[in-house]
Amino acid sequence: MADLIYLDNGATTRVDERVAEAAMEAMLVAWGNPSSAHNLGAEAARRVQRAREQVAAAVAGEASEITFTSGGTEANALALLGLARLKHVVVSAFEHPSVADAARALIERGVEVTTVAPSSSGVVSPEAFAAAVRPDTALVACMWVQNEIGTVQPVEAVARAVKLKAPRCHVHVDAVQAVGKLVVDVGAAPFDSLAISGHKIHAPKGVGALWLRRGARLKALVFGGGQERGLRPGTEGVPGIVALGLAAELAVAARAEAAPRMTVQRERLWTAIVAAVPSARRNGEPATTAPHILSVGFGGVPAEPLLHALEAAGVYVSAGSACHARDKKPSATLRAIGVPDDMGTIRLSLSRHTTDDEIARAAEAVIACVRELS
Amino acid sequence: MSDAATPREVVLVRWGEIFLKGDNRGFFERALVDNVRRSVAAIPGVTIQRMHGRLVVRAGEGGARPVTRALERVFGIVSVSPARVVPRELDAISAAAIEVARIEAAKHVQPTFKVESRRSDKRFPMNSMEVSRDVGAAVIGALALPVDVHHPRFTVGVEIGYEDAFVFAEVLPGPGGLPTGVTGRVELLLSGGIDSPVAGWMLLKRGCSLGATYFHSFPYTGEKTQDKVERLGRQLAAWQLQPMRLSVVPFTDVQKQLRDASGDGRLAVVLYRRMMMRIAERIAYRAGAKALATGEALAQVASQTLENLSVIGASTRMTILRPCLGHDKHETITLARRIGSYETSIEPYDDCCSLFVPEHPETKAKLAVVESMESRLNIPAMVEDCFARTTNVTCEPR
Repeated sequence: MADLIYLDNGATTRVDERVAEAAMEAMLVAWGNPSSAHNLGAEAARRVQRAREQVAAAVAGEASEITFTSGGTEANALALLGLARLKHVVVSAFEHPSVADAARALIERGVEVTTVAPSSSGVVSPEAFAAAVRPDTALVACMWVQNEIGTVQPVEAVARAVKLKAPRCHVHVDAVQAVGKLVVDVGAAPFDSLAISGHKIHAPKGVGALWLRRGARLKALVFGGGQERGLRPGTEGVPGIVALGLAAELAVAARAEAAPRMTVQRERLWTAIVAAVPSARRNGEPATTAPHILSVGFGGVPAEPLLHALEAAGVYVSAGSACHARDKKPSATLRAIGVPDDMGTIRLSLSRHTTDDEIARAAEAVIACVRELS
Repeated sequence: MSDAATPREVVLVRWGEIFLKGDNRGFFERALVDNVRRSVAAIPGVTIQRMHGRLVVRAGEGGARPVTRALERVFGIVSVSPARVVPRELDAISAAAIEVARIEAAKHVQPTFKVESRRSDKRFPMNSMEVSRDVGAAVIGALALPVDVHHPRFTVGVEIGYEDAFVFAEVLPGPGGLPTGVTGRVELLLSGGIDSPVAGWMLLKRGCSLGATYFHSFPYTGEKTQDKVERLGRQLAAWQLQPMRLSVVPFTDVQKQLRDASGDGRLAVVLYRRMMMRIAERIAYRAGAKALATGEALAQVASQTLENLSVIGASTRMTILRPCLGHDKHETITLARRIGSYETSIEPYDDCCSLFVPEHPETKAKLAVVESMESRLNIPAMVEDCFARTTNVTCEPR
């Protein structure tokens, strides 16, 4: 595994060792129940509070606005399914399944859902959102960074445009792929809620958070002992929460230096690939793509075999439709931006630990495998 | 002698078709006993005793339930009954029958019953009719239940063994079939799909023992597909009650050569399948198997037309068994759910047969055309090369 070049950080990341140690400490030392009245409980509660402050700081929000969840999926579910008396909802056409399928569940409950299509460069326009919004629209959801192709959505402009037309409409943003890569500031625009995931930023799987603007209200989806102000009851997963707090702090601290470096590496990777394989097609414009994601299609090269061939060469990536490969249908995201079905598309996603040498070797491997399979 | 204060539970095991097998009966019964023994090996305190036309499995501390669960997977068993063990005395038998009847009667609104008796030990002083009559009278005396000899709501069974008597009411169906291992060894072509594990299971049911061959086309099929096939292998091993060999054949290079030889690719699947049969035959000979088996169903997909099946079959002299041949898809799925393979089979996987194949493959292959395509290749060398690079995995019963 020494030579493993991991360019699948959009799927998950390796846990930072400092984060793992903090989680371990929460398991072996501060293992009390935060709800307990004694000092063991207080010790655990203090750690949860510290993590709440860290996560709040990472998105420039307040600690009281953070609700810990089991991950990004649950944070999205809370925002989409937790609003009362919905009539009309607007979402982008290429949301992550945790949002898209929640919207589908809303349809079954009698809610009207309008989808906003992206342009061929993988970006939705604030104008299109504004046009879809009606006076009775109660919820708008738009992701910050598209998970498959990495394009950055103008969420701040979307939020402003929506609020102009429907001031009481709840604006939710799935920021799972944005934290640590872009400046995420919940005060910069009239957002109401924001979803965060731990394992995309070097914390373990199984923890995430929802930032919910003070004053905004959601209903709980599960019931229990009133933890997380009753919005997400159940004994706090202290080790994961502690890990998320530290990971968020580290990610945001590293961003100023890591984001430009990843952008340079991503461009170097693309330049090398397209120089050797001129027919390669890139999804998304460089200027409107998050630093860590490169989505590339190769005509006539099947994506999954390319993934396996790269794996054999020690380079780990995702195939176009990534995790939802169950029935091997072409990705809805790729279709939404007009990529042909026979265009094998892979996603190479970097982390702040990716080295220049890894990028150079990965480019060589991609070129060799594409030639082998075409 | 059983201790009347703490009666141990037993499970009576009945078998069926074995009786029809004349001279082979002893062999079949021994195989069944061996398989029963294997199926309960992991349950502490279980002992097995042969009775005339019955097996008596004495449950350990955990009672009869784990035993009946384990016996659900033993082919050859027609039915089982959790039973009470009592001394061979009419009073003890009657007392147990009253207890059993009391429990059963509570399950019905208008309970009626009868008693059915059977003697393994014909020296027992009363005949079956007399035992039924006297035990029935005792139940009527104690519970005032009406008898209905034609359509009783429940039946109390009494069996007189050589050392003990057994009383029961429940008769649970077994999986039927023949004891695995008695009909011979078959080599199964196992993919990650729904059909081939079902085909293997149907052959286990008819007494075959299995080895399996899986064709791996890295990078076109990934590690997850092989993991999945191994899990299906372990599920089949659980029904075989013994570990199963899974041979993994690296098929990529051969497949590319066949694709190139197939021109427009419309016959590629037929070429792949013929090559798979040849390689599986090679493995089968080594393993002492007498036949090959596939999950093919007639006309289910393009490669399974009558024409294509016969061209595929012409590639080997070994018999190809196709137990799913007459199944509709939903019939195979129903069986897969029962076997426990369905949830595994529907996980995403890559089927190497769909590689390099055009949307409309040939449905009426002609042997002469296929053979002329193959004549440009050194088929025996390709088979030998694949065989030499084949690796074996042992699938333990899960």
